[in-house]
Order: sequence, then structure tokens, then C-alpha cells
Amino acid sequence: MTRADRKTLRAIKKAEKAKKKEEKYYLASQWQLMARKLGRHKLARVSMVILGFLYLVALFGDFLAPYSLTAYDADAKDMPPTPIHFMYGDEFIGPYVFPSKWETLKMSVAEMSRAKKEAAERGETFSTRQIVTDETSPQKLQWLVHGSPYRILGIFESDIHLFGVEKGKIFLFGSDNLGRDLFSRIILGGQVSLTIPFAGTLLSFVLGLLIGSISGYFGGWVDNVIQRIIEVLNSLPSLPLWMALSAAIPAGIPPVRMYLLITVILSLIGWTGLARVVRGKFMSLKNEDYILAARLAGVSDMKIILKHMVPGFMSYLIVNLTLGIPSMIIGETSMSFLGLGIQAPATSWGVLLKEAQNVTNIVSHPWCLIPLFFVVLTVLAFNFLGDGMRDAADPYK
Amino acid sequence: MGRYIGRRVLTFIPILLIMSIVIFFIIQLPPGDYLTSYVAGLKAEGQIVDESEMESLKERYGLDQPWFIQYFKWMWGILTRFDFGYSFDYEKPVWPVIAEVLPMTIIVSLATMLFNYLVGIPIGIYSAVHQYSIGDYCFTFVGFLGMAVPNFLFAILLMYGTYIWTGTAFIGLYTSDILVGLQQGTLQWYDLLLRGDFWGRMAIPIIVIGTSGTCGTLRSMRAQMLDELGRNYVLCARAKGVSERRIIYKYCLRAALNPTVSGLSGVLSHIFNGSTISAIVMNLQLVGPRLYNALKAQDMYLAGTILLVMGFLIVLGTLLSDILLAWLDPRIRFSGRRGEG
Repeated sequence: MTRADRKTLRAIKKAEKAKKKEEKYYLASQWQLMARKLGRHKLARVSMVILGFLYLVALFGDFLAPYSLTAYDADAKDMPPTPIHFMYGDEFIGPYVFPSKWETLKMSVAEMSRAKKEAAERGETFSTRQIVTDETSPQKLQWLVHGSPYRILGIFESDIHLFGVEKGKIFLFGSDNLGRDLFSRIILGGQVSLTIPFAGTLLSFVLGLLIGSISGYFGGWVDNVIQRIIEVLNSLPSLPLWMALSAAIPAGIPPVRMYLLITVILSLIGWTGLARVVRGKFMSLKNEDYILAARLAGVSDMKIILKHMVPGFMSYLIVNLTLGIPSMIIGETSMSFLGLGIQAPATSWGVLLKEAQNVTNIVSHPWCLIPLFFVVLTVLAFNFLGDGMRDAADPYK
Repeated sequence: MGRYIGRRVLTFIPILLIMSIVIFFIIQLPPGDYLTSYVAGLKAEGQIVDESEMESLKERYGLDQPWFIQYFKWMWGILTRFDFGYSFDYEKPVWPVIAEVLPMTIIVSLATMLFNYLVGIPIGIYSAVHQYSIGDYCFTFVGFLGMAVPNFLFAILLMYGTYIWTGTAFIGLYTSDILVGLQQGTLQWYDLLLRGDFWGRMAIPIIVIGTSGTCGTLRSMRAQMLDELGRNYVLCARAKGVSERRIIYKYCLRAALNPTVSGLSGVLSHIFNGSTISAIVMNLQLVGPRLYNALKAQDMYLAGTILLVMGFLIVLGTLLSDILLAWLDPRIRFSGRRGEG
């Protein structure tokens, strides 16, 4: 084969590839086209990666978190984030921390007044209770250590945690006033904060689809009653209503039941918007010729709704759902923050933010604001993803 | 127009009725009632309980009867005597308890709404007209961030900020001399409207409560404006040589305002959401904290009345937005005359 031959061969192959690509584009289903458009939306792509990461972390949370939910340490209350060092003296020994704890310093009156004066000159206040760091025994970070037992997905039992230290504690994000590790609690709280909106959305999806399609398909007085109920629910501010409903949750019920109840409460109000959309779509679709044809052919009502109508606006519904998730996240966080949502021993980001309820606490322990970052990040990512999906689902764009 | 308004008003009566049923059903959900546990608590402490007064309260509101009978007694009291029930926690009728904080709640809500529209609409227009400019990107970013930060966290951050800058944390709605004046009765709530120091103090709550709604208004205004600017009538107007100013403010804005106006009640309920939680965090003298305490203490008539008042105000907002919409968009007026919604 000469060089020219090879060149033509390559060109032919290229053309074939392009043709196949074009064919694929024309044969692509609506969903494939949407996925393609979504992939081109830069912010949506980044958001998807971030959300995927957050959900993965939540899924393997028990493995990634060095401590369990119930672990506490009376000697390590309100510790700032533990600094991680790499060099010990001049020697590189890998990541390590110094064990540290609160101690009451023993000193004479003269020493104390001198220390107070020095602190005042630096603009600080002196206290005899101080964090004492034991710099003589560096604790190397150990990988895959045995710790408290847990189950992933309720199936795989294990007690191996990704990292830990032998002596002392490691608090990547600091600790709270009971000496609990904020890093572990953010990961484990994320399991709740990230899944409640999902479960709630799923539930309001079912409710909205069901009630909306009944309202739109049958019309008449059924429609009228449902529309009035929706109007009433829309005329009530959601947060006070959520508060009122969750005030009815009896104290001291098991965490799983509490989780389910809060999900139900969130979705009890969330379905109205979706039901409206579904109803509107039904109203416009039910007069189409193909529906009439199906009805004349003797197809049952249920089958017409599920097989002929719903696929026509499914993409629209999914976009609507994604855009509804952020408000559920904020709702759950707000309720837990007020002490009306998730309660100890379970935790969520809202529960963690309770620590940030008064200003003096934030000033002395600024790390208690870290959960805020995760709430905002998640809400932003869902907003961008929803935006991208809306653009992708719009066939005119 | 008059008939349209009249019909709209009539449709709100059943909505208010259903709303009151829903609210009452929800607030009586927690098992037990305040009075029984209160009396038990007093007895346990060895205090003397005025049995006859407790009995008369029980009798009056039907506390030992099923919830729908209680509901009818409550409703009957409201409709005939303007009696919203008895607040067990404050030990006086509900209405005075709410009337203490209601004017200020309405003022804060209206001021927040004004802030919402005065900031959201112009920036939305600017963003749409200068699409993909640096300003547009900045506002889009701020808009998304504002929607993503929950109200109460924003409140905390601002309180933290004021603490760092001024050395005192922002707590409460009034400065100390206003508070003294209010307590001594030398000042009434309407006197405050003319005081500069009061409005200076109000700035933070208004920003905290209004930001997320403002960002929502901004986003929807921008999207609507962009939609309208791409329409053929704009092309036609441009071809005719109509000035750009006139196209934007006279043609597009009028059409683009439509969803913003119809979203008025949504904005109002958003404001109530925000003001409830922010008021709890910042300790503002609004209805939010009273609702929260009432719910925690099972003070059901107080909680129910607060919810009812909020719902009533939102329904009123819906009515207002419907009338505004009919004024803004002649198509709605005319379809109303033909007898369809």
C-alpha cells in the first residue's frame, strides 16, 4: 500500500465515522438528545460531578468518617481543627498530628498576672484552661484502621475506617462542645440531609402525578375540589406549616420513623406545584387526536394515562423535580436548626448548625459554620443542574 | 372590572374556610392538650388551681370534645365575637397577644416586599438588556448564591459581621430608647415609621428576609425580559425606528411583568417563611417567634390564629395580584367578562 492509499483509506474511515455519528444523532431517542445537551452545559456538568461526589461520600460515610455518631470525648471539647504536619524536625515522616487536650494550667499568682498582662498586650484574654499539645509524640495518620463497627447499606458489616490516629484524636473540622468530631458528623449528617430531599421529592412526585392526572383527566367537580385544596396549601407559608406539622411528631420516636415522618411532612406541601403542571399538561393533551383514537380503540383510562400521556411530559416533570429539591434541603435544614426536625441521636446539617445559633459561639468557634458551606454547595449544585436540565429538555433551544 | 373583582372576592371565602379547617386539624394533631398538662403541672407543684376557671375555659372551647366540634366553637367565636380563642401560655385572649406584634410584622413584610421589587426588577431588566456582560454575570452569580443561602444562615452571617465590625451583635428590632418608649406608652408603632434610627435598624432584617425572594424575582424578571426581547414585535418596533428605551419600558416590560405580578402571593409567603425563622434567630418582635413558642408549648389557639392570619394575608395578596394583573393585562379582564377564569 502506498502512502496515498493509506491516506484515502483513513479519509474513508473518517467519513464513515462521521456518518455513523450523524446517523446516531438522528436515531437518538429524546432522552439521549437531552443527555447530550446536558453534557454540553458546563455548570450542570460540574454540578453533577460535585453531587456525585457528595452522594458517594454519604454512601460510604461510615467508612470515611473516623468516628461514629455516638463517639464523644470529654477531654476534647470545642477543639479547633487539628493541624496536620508533614515534617518532624527536618525529617519527612508523612502526615501526622500532635495529640492535644484541654488542661488547667497550674501556676502561681504572680505568673498568672504576668501571663494576663502579656495576653492583654496582644489583645487576647488569658484563661488557665488551655489546649496543651504534646509535641514529643507525633501520631502518624494510619490508613484503614479498626474502629467502631458499622454497616454499609445495612448489608456489609465492617469496622474498618479510612484513617485514624492511635493516640489522641484527629478533628479535621474541629469538635463541638461534647467533644464530637465535626468532620465525621458532617459526613454522617449528610446521609440524612442529602437523602431526605430525594425521598421527599420522590413521594411528592408520586402524589403530584397521581392527583394532578386525576384532576386533569376527569375534570369537573373532582378537578374543582382538588384545585381548591391546592390553592389553600399554596396560600399557607410552607415553613410555618412544616413547623406546625413537625410539632405534632411525638418526642422520643426511633430515628428511622422520625426520618420517614419528616419526609412525609416535606412532601405533603411539595406536591402542589407538580400537580398543577401535570393537570395543565393533561388538559392540553387529552383533546389530542391520538388520545381520542386510543379511547375509541377501547384502551383503559389507566393505560391511556400511563402509556400515552405521561411519557409526553416526563422530561418536564423531571426538570420540575430537580428544581424542587433545593427548597426541600433548605426546609429540612431550617426545621432541624429550630429543633423541630431531625433530633439527637440522629444528625443532619441543620442539627449541626444549631451550634451556630448564637454569635458568641461563632466568634469563639468559627469552625461550627463549616456545615453551612456544604448546605450552600449542595443547593447551588442542584440549582445549576436543574437549570441545565431545563435547557436540555427544551426542544426549541 | 368591578364584576371581575367581585367574583374574585367571592371565590376567596371558600378558600379561607377550607384553610381554617386544615389549620385547625393540624394544630390539634399533637396528643393531649395544654390545659390538662398545665393543670397537672400546677397540682404537682402543690399550687392551688382555680378549678372553676379551668372548667369554664374547657366548656367554652369544648376542649374535651372531638376536634370538629372544637373547630366549630372556635369558628363561631371568631365570626360572632371576633374571639380567636384563649392563649393558655400568655393567660389572656389570643387577639391582644397577636395585636402586639402584628402591625410590625406587616410593616416589615411590606418593606421587604418593596425592597424585593425595587431591587429585583431593575436589576433583572439590566441583566436582560446587557446579557452576558460582566454586570450580568455578577448579578447572576449573586442571584444564585442568594437563593442558595437559607435565610437563617444569612441572618447568622450578618449578625456575625456586625459583631466583628461594631462589637455588638444585632439582636432585636428596636434600639433601647425605642423599646423604653414603647413600654412606657409614649411611642406607638406608627410613630416609628417617621424615625430614622428605626429604619436604620430595620435594614438588616429586610435584607435578611428579602434576599432570597429578591434573587428569585431577579432571575424570573431576567428570563422573562430575555423572552420578550426575542419576540418578533420587538424586531418590528426596531424596524419602525422606535427608540430602544421605549421598546424596553413601554413594550417589553409590560409583558414581562406579568409573571412577577402573579407571583406576588408567592413572594409574600416567601417573606413569611423568611421572617418566621429569621425573627427566631435574631430575636425580632414579630409573630414568628410567638408561633414557634406556641407550637412548642401546644398553645393551639395562638398557633392556629397566627397561621390563619398569615394565610389570610397571603390570600389578600393573591386578590391584589389578580386585580393588578387584570389592570396590567387586558386579556384577563375580557376573558373574565366572558365568564371563564
